[in-house]
Amino acid sequence: MKYLKILGLMLAIGASSVNAETKVHEHQLKNGLKILVKEDHRSPVVVSQVWYKVGSSYEPNGITGISHMLEHMMFKGTDKLQPGEFSRIIAANGGNENAFTGRDYTAYFQTMEKSRLPVSFELEADRMRNLHLLDEELKKELQVVYEERRMRTDDNPRAKTQEHFTAMAYSNNPYKNPIIGWPSDIENYTIDDLKAWYQRWYAPNNATLVVVGDVEPKAVFSLAEKYFGELKPSEIVAIKPQQEIPQLGTRRMVVKVPAKLPYLVMGYKVPVLKTVENEWEAYALEVMAGILDGGSSARLETNLVRGKQLAVSVGAGYGLASRLDELFMLEGTPVEGKTANDLEVALKEEIEKLKYELVQQDELQRIKAQVLANVIYERDSMFYQGMQMGMLETVGLGWQKENEYVKKVSQVTAEQVREVAQKYFKDDSLSVAYLDPQPIAEQKTEKTNEGAN
Amino acid sequence: MRIFLLLVLMAISPMNWAAAKIETWQTPKGSRVFYIYAPDLPMADIRITFDAGSARDGVQHGLAALTSGLLDTGAGKWSADELAQRFESVGANFGTSVSRDTASLSLRTLTDPPLFDKAVETMKTILIQPVFNQPDFEREKNRTLAALKHRESSPAALADLTFNKVVYGDHPYAHSSAGEIETVTALTADDLKKFYKQYYVSANALVVIVGDLTKKQAAKTAEDLLADLPAGQKPADISEVNLPENAKLQHIEFPSTQTHVLSGLPGMHRKDEDYFALYVGNHILGGGGLVSRLFEEVREKRGLAYGASSSFAPMFRKGAFSMGLQTRNDQTQQALDVMTQTLADFIETGPTEAELDAAKKNLTGGFVMRFDTNSKLAGYAEMIGFYGLPLDYLDTFPEKVQALTVNDIKDAFKRRVNPKLLQTVTVGETVKSREK
Repeated sequence: MKYLKILGLMLAIGASSVNAETKVHEHQLKNGLKILVKEDHRSPVVVSQVWYKVGSSYEPNGITGISHMLEHMMFKGTDKLQPGEFSRIIAANGGNENAFTGRDYTAYFQTMEKSRLPVSFELEADRMRNLHLLDEELKKELQVVYEERRMRTDDNPRAKTQEHFTAMAYSNNPYKNPIIGWPSDIENYTIDDLKAWYQRWYAPNNATLVVVGDVEPKAVFSLAEKYFGELKPSEIVAIKPQQEIPQLGTRRMVVKVPAKLPYLVMGYKVPVLKTVENEWEAYALEVMAGILDGGSSARLETNLVRGKQLAVSVGAGYGLASRLDELFMLEGTPVEGKTANDLEVALKEEIEKLKYELVQQDELQRIKAQVLANVIYERDSMFYQGMQMGMLETVGLGWQKENEYVKKVSQVTAEQVREVAQKYFKDDSLSVAYLDPQPIAEQKTEKTNEGAN
Repeated sequence: MRIFLLLVLMAISPMNWAAAKIETWQTPKGSRVFYIYAPDLPMADIRITFDAGSARDGVQHGLAALTSGLLDTGAGKWSADELAQRFESVGANFGTSVSRDTASLSLRTLTDPPLFDKAVETMKTILIQPVFNQPDFEREKNRTLAALKHRESSPAALADLTFNKVVYGDHPYAHSSAGEIETVTALTADDLKKFYKQYYVSANALVVIVGDLTKKQAAKTAEDLLADLPAGQKPADISEVNLPENAKLQHIEFPSTQTHVLSGLPGMHRKDEDYFALYVGNHILGGGGLVSRLFEEVREKRGLAYGASSSFAPMFRKGAFSMGLQTRNDQTQQALDVMTQTLADFIETGPTEAELDAAKKNLTGGFVMRFDTNSKLAGYAEMIGFYGLPLDYLDTFPEKVQALTVNDIKDAFKRRVNPKLLQTVTVGETVKSREK
């Protein structure tokens, strides 16, 4: 399934040191702002991204989604700029821009012709410390975010199932909350909530500036010094660990929503690179995700879509580079005549096989070949390269992890895959949700507006 | 203010970057090749594109898509499993896709010879010798039927389907590429074989190659790939799209929290005389990302929607001009009124000088970002090749944008976007307006 593939893809990347071109230049300003620069001279273009160490997993109950709300408000004016003016200036300079919020980060980016980099720096530096948070702007933007939630989750049966599933699977890990926030939290944000959140997290010493493109690192550093250098750092108080309590048995739920097809989501609790004791385990889990869903030749598509023809679509995914413990996800849609339960049984059989049979060498080789090729392919996108560095740095792994990725994946053995399968894939740490489709009654009405205006 | 000073300085900085050079020739059997040399990364993108999109379905809606989807499920002596293993063992990505106009086979591969050769040989087999086995056909058909069923749970997908039906009427662009449950159910493997034989032929093929291959290597690759493809014939052009006779409003009652709204009419085609005026005008009206009139009126001023935009979808024939948004059910009428009024104002008075100036700066200032990856270059080469646009399409893009006046845009919109012909579709739950 696409969403898991994307998740898998994000993590299945990581340029290696295959070629010196991928060298990262690092520099830190006195105020704590870290700057990472990667040269890519293929086009006279530059991508500039500011990553803040804050996201939905930092949020206490009652204000879930506030990182995302603040992301929206970052376009609503500063001491110097009117609401919306940020975007108009970027547009007038030919730039593309946007922002995104994840569980572990909030990031803002511009892609521009290379000579416009100062425009990006000046504006980002400005809104890092001088944001104007206005009540009347919040009132409107809150409606926008609410519409975003309706579109992404409330009217999307699978997204809704995933939201309910995630909230069930975790007990006290903040990943249980949706990035966009729970409806009643969104409705009740106040401008003071946003001001407090902004004050607490938006500072140069809680940010990473990532630049990829047709630039010279030293020039970027001095440009950054010019625009960001005078910003004051804040005292950033670290958040509490919120380590998930051990799960003591399978968790199950049924989600009844209007839909046409059943759907299954499953997740096993697993560690990530950041939390795991033996690093190789995280890479072995990554390879395991590849064995199951690394392309059309991987096991799930080969065995369940084509072989047994149980699923119309099926996927697996694992987030190696998260900040907190993760779920190793499996999901799928059964073919007509089969149930979510049939698919669950078949997926568990695939997991059992991994526990007791060593994976074939040619399977392992295919995963490794794909990882190697992706190192080249991903360099076709400056944005992607920036994403990778920014994400690794922001979750606290450090961008250097990128360079180890290919080597560490290549070192994973069939025995290690079997070992992590045995260690982590236990029924007691499994959560399962079935989407139970409820009828949709559709009606059409038509009007011809003669002479309508 | 410093920012504005900077803006002025930047706006006059010269841009001396030529778009990548596209070279073109024909294979001995008459297929056109479009090639761009991109040596920076040891990889290549190869696309083989046919005039075999869903506009060629006839009454068998979904035929082109299913034919394309079956290609890599069995070819020559290889099964679907073996084909996938052959590509993935060399780290290659292969896929097939269809649009209304086109059907494509796409390969991204490393150029290291043993890897490259294996990937290309596999692609060639899929192109030349697909087998359309009955069991593979049944399975893929069932998967398509499941996807068609699934889209009925999406108000966005329903709005899109209904909108295209009303905009295109009885034109072959009216149905979705995936088809409908009834038409796909009726398809047979023989239908697919027949479709493949007719349209997947040299005279109807276009090859795009972008990457670290010399011209000589590219020529040899293209020739090899297509050597065994029958010459065949290029199909006759599809018919013109007619404008609807009057405005229509269609509502589909659906149990969602938001109503999806689409409104528009047949707009322009790829080689349209008004292309640039409409393109730039639309950029100002609703195409410009976070800065446009629709975005400002619907989202920034009133908070009515997360997304509010407009677009032209130029194809071989006129594709739709459409405006769209999604809003809480009880706000539907208000949002629709704002959208319609924004369009009416724009048609009446056109853009302001300041808006046009800003749009020009955005489009010309960001020009180099249109082709800064091999993927984007391959997309442009395919578009230029398929629609017969001039090879210097990219190079002349900035000057064509720069030459436009407020009157050009106003005039083009007046002639081409008649509000009295708007086709409007709403999908959502009817509720009474709630007092805020």
